[in-house]
Amino acid sequence: MDYTKKPLPPIVAKLGTGLLGVGLVLVVLSFVTDTHRAFFDYLWMYMFLVSIGVGSLALVALEYLVGATWSTPFRRISEFLAALIPLLVILVIPLIFGMHDLFHWTHEETLLNDPLLQAKSAYLNVPFFLIRTAIILLIWVVFYFLFIRNSLKQDDTRDPLLTKQSIKFSAAFAILFMFTITFIAIDWMMSLEYHWFSTMFGVYYFAGTMVAAFAAGTFCSVQLNENGYLVSNIKDNNYYSFATLLFGFNVFWAYIGFSQYMLIWYADIPEETFWIMMRMKGSWSYFSIGLIFVHFVIPFLILLPRSSKVKPKLLTVISIWLLFAHAYDLYWIIMPSYFTEGFVFGWSELGFLMFAFGLIITVFRMRAAKSNLVPVGDPKLEAGLNFHLN
Amino acid sequence: MLKNILNKIKEFDTAEDKEVRSSKLYGKAALYNTPNEITEAAAVVAGKGYKKFDIYTPYPLHGMDTAMGLPPPKIGYVSFIMGITGTILALVMMIWMSSIDYPNIIGGKPFFGLPGAIPITFESTVLLCGIATVLGLLILFSKMPKLNSPLNDTDFMKHVTSDKFGLVIETGDEMYIEDEVLNLFSKTNAYEVQDIYFRESNLTKKTPLFDKKFTMAIIITGLMTAGVAYVTLNYVLYETVPFNWMWQQGRIDAQSKSDFFPNQSGMRPPVEGTVARGFVPYEYQGMPDSVVKLLSNPVPVTVKSLERGQDRFNIYCSPCHGYTGDGDGRLRDQFPKPPSLHNEKVKNWPDGNIFHVMTNGQNVMPSYSEQVSKEDRWAIVNYIRALQRAKDASEEDLEKAK
Repeated sequence: MDYTKKPLPPIVAKLGTGLLGVGLVLVVLSFVTDTHRAFFDYLWMYMFLVSIGVGSLALVALEYLVGATWSTPFRRISEFLAALIPLLVILVIPLIFGMHDLFHWTHEETLLNDPLLQAKSAYLNVPFFLIRTAIILLIWVVFYFLFIRNSLKQDDTRDPLLTKQSIKFSAAFAILFMFTITFIAIDWMMSLEYHWFSTMFGVYYFAGTMVAAFAAGTFCSVQLNENGYLVSNIKDNNYYSFATLLFGFNVFWAYIGFSQYMLIWYADIPEETFWIMMRMKGSWSYFSIGLIFVHFVIPFLILLPRSSKVKPKLLTVISIWLLFAHAYDLYWIIMPSYFTEGFVFGWSELGFLMFAFGLIITVFRMRAAKSNLVPVGDPKLEAGLNFHLN
Repeated sequence: MLKNILNKIKEFDTAEDKEVRSSKLYGKAALYNTPNEITEAAAVVAGKGYKKFDIYTPYPLHGMDTAMGLPPPKIGYVSFIMGITGTILALVMMIWMSSIDYPNIIGGKPFFGLPGAIPITFESTVLLCGIATVLGLLILFSKMPKLNSPLNDTDFMKHVTSDKFGLVIETGDEMYIEDEVLNLFSKTNAYEVQDIYFRESNLTKKTPLFDKKFTMAIIITGLMTAGVAYVTLNYVLYETVPFNWMWQQGRIDAQSKSDFFPNQSGMRPPVEGTVARGFVPYEYQGMPDSVVKLLSNPVPVTVKSLERGQDRFNIYCSPCHGYTGDGDGRLRDQFPKPPSLHNEKVKNWPDGNIFHVMTNGQNVMPSYSEQVSKEDRWAIVNYIRALQRAKDASEEDLEKAK
């Protein structure tokens, strides 16, 4: 193994800072001009960051849990993407101030006049909501630091026992992750329309999260590896694994999304169908049909042949595509509650998207500057570098 | 007894071993210990230009096809074409069943709804694709009609199906020279080399596609599976909780008693003011004849409406009124005889009055508004008018009809 640490190219810093700067200006401007709209955009951006950050941490846990070796050379990349998690704690603060704008159920007069909400209010009330969010964020932050501390310590000590310890953390986190991601999806996105309920919604968001995390991981890994920032002899077999899992989780997302839609369509109950009807109103209907193609049909057909799963350039394009597809998906979930008449995408939304990408790149760059890009002390690394599918 | 059966199976299993091998060599077989060794060996053998050789491994090895220099496999096309066939078949089937052959409104949905059809389409696609892939693999790679390979029942086959990776070069290959092959094996670190000889049966006779023992085994297995499934489903599970929940439900049947409700009636009356789908309430319900003089007949007199009126009249009116309206229906001795429809009173009634009687009932005649739709009642009125006209027909009318 011949890893020597190289600093990331200056383009990464420029791109990250540029996007972050322009994004921040637009974010501030949109808060000044239209606060109500800006809070919805902000929630959209926040959930996208949750997907990338927490999803990446779940990938790290998944690798430990199943004992995968192919992904060990790339594990740091997911760990650095998960460095967004501590920031999520700070970024949630504006959302708490925007709760009155975002959630109708927080309004006193709604509670008084709505028997359905009164029935739900044992769960859906502001103090309990905040407690849940705090607990969820705490779990994420604690596990992020547990994983990253063990992983970084191993670079120096090369102690295999640290891997064993991380496997135990992963077992705990796997369960907690499923609960937290379900609750965060229900609380922050499903309660936008508090009359609506879907038992599949948590799984739906989870599936999207995994697609986004895999897409972000694939993009960074392929780019860094192709340009020689990782260890040199990583080959097709590792790419193939990335692409199959990306493909698999994307099909899983489509499966869950369709199942949710079909059950609502079949039962035809007004308190469920209205959520779909909101997404069929005016120009939203084109947006909804577009989601099927952007998130599923096109990536499915491109990733289906075996040959396309080992082409680095194609993987780069398709992983960026799927990242945007996940943003598209979240937009479809959140924004119809604000733009009730039809689809709108303006400079304000673009600014939030730029801010999100700028933040991800900058956090990744700053985290990567401090540590090795490859977990050099991991006992599974050698097996990962010589990974063959046979 | 079980021991006997097991012994028989063992005998059956090892019977082939006793078959004499001929002295003709089929090929040289080499065994390797690791997947990496076999992949390298395959690449070397393919690189030398051998054509008739094959690799046998206990599990699939990725990248083996490129190492062996094989062209891209054709099996994908079989799977794809059959998968698409499954998709189209399922969609055509459901469109045909649900919107052409037996259209039924279910839950207020369109006859054919794509979301509801997707699961079945998916199942059908996967089913056809899977079956076609397995059959295609058997035919393309295992050369299906040929059942008897010289490799069967050899020590080599036992190893490559459990713990070793095997390579066989056939003597039929154009480049086959024994020393070179052995040299190749030793260079690629073969763990063991074996000679595989043809069986007598490989050389002398063709193996039938349906071997007697094989066919019997298939039939017995099929009968046993079907029998066990039949008994399980029809006798064991049929009466067992929870499998009987589909047909033994704790529900109240129509017209039956229920202690749940105070009046002990199992059926609930509809909410007051409920109107059936397609039913238009009659505005003069229960009022005297005089108020309906102004009701006008919306159904025009056409051949079609008269035929419809005749049809309904014969079904609903004729039992009492008779087919001609004279009041001599089939129930004439069991039921009060109704007055003739040809008397002056009825003849002089406006259409609306006849309609009102049908809708509202009169004396012992009940309302027919629930059996006969509004349009049909007007069609009957037209038909009664035709009957009245026919009763007074003259000679000239007959001439005209001719």
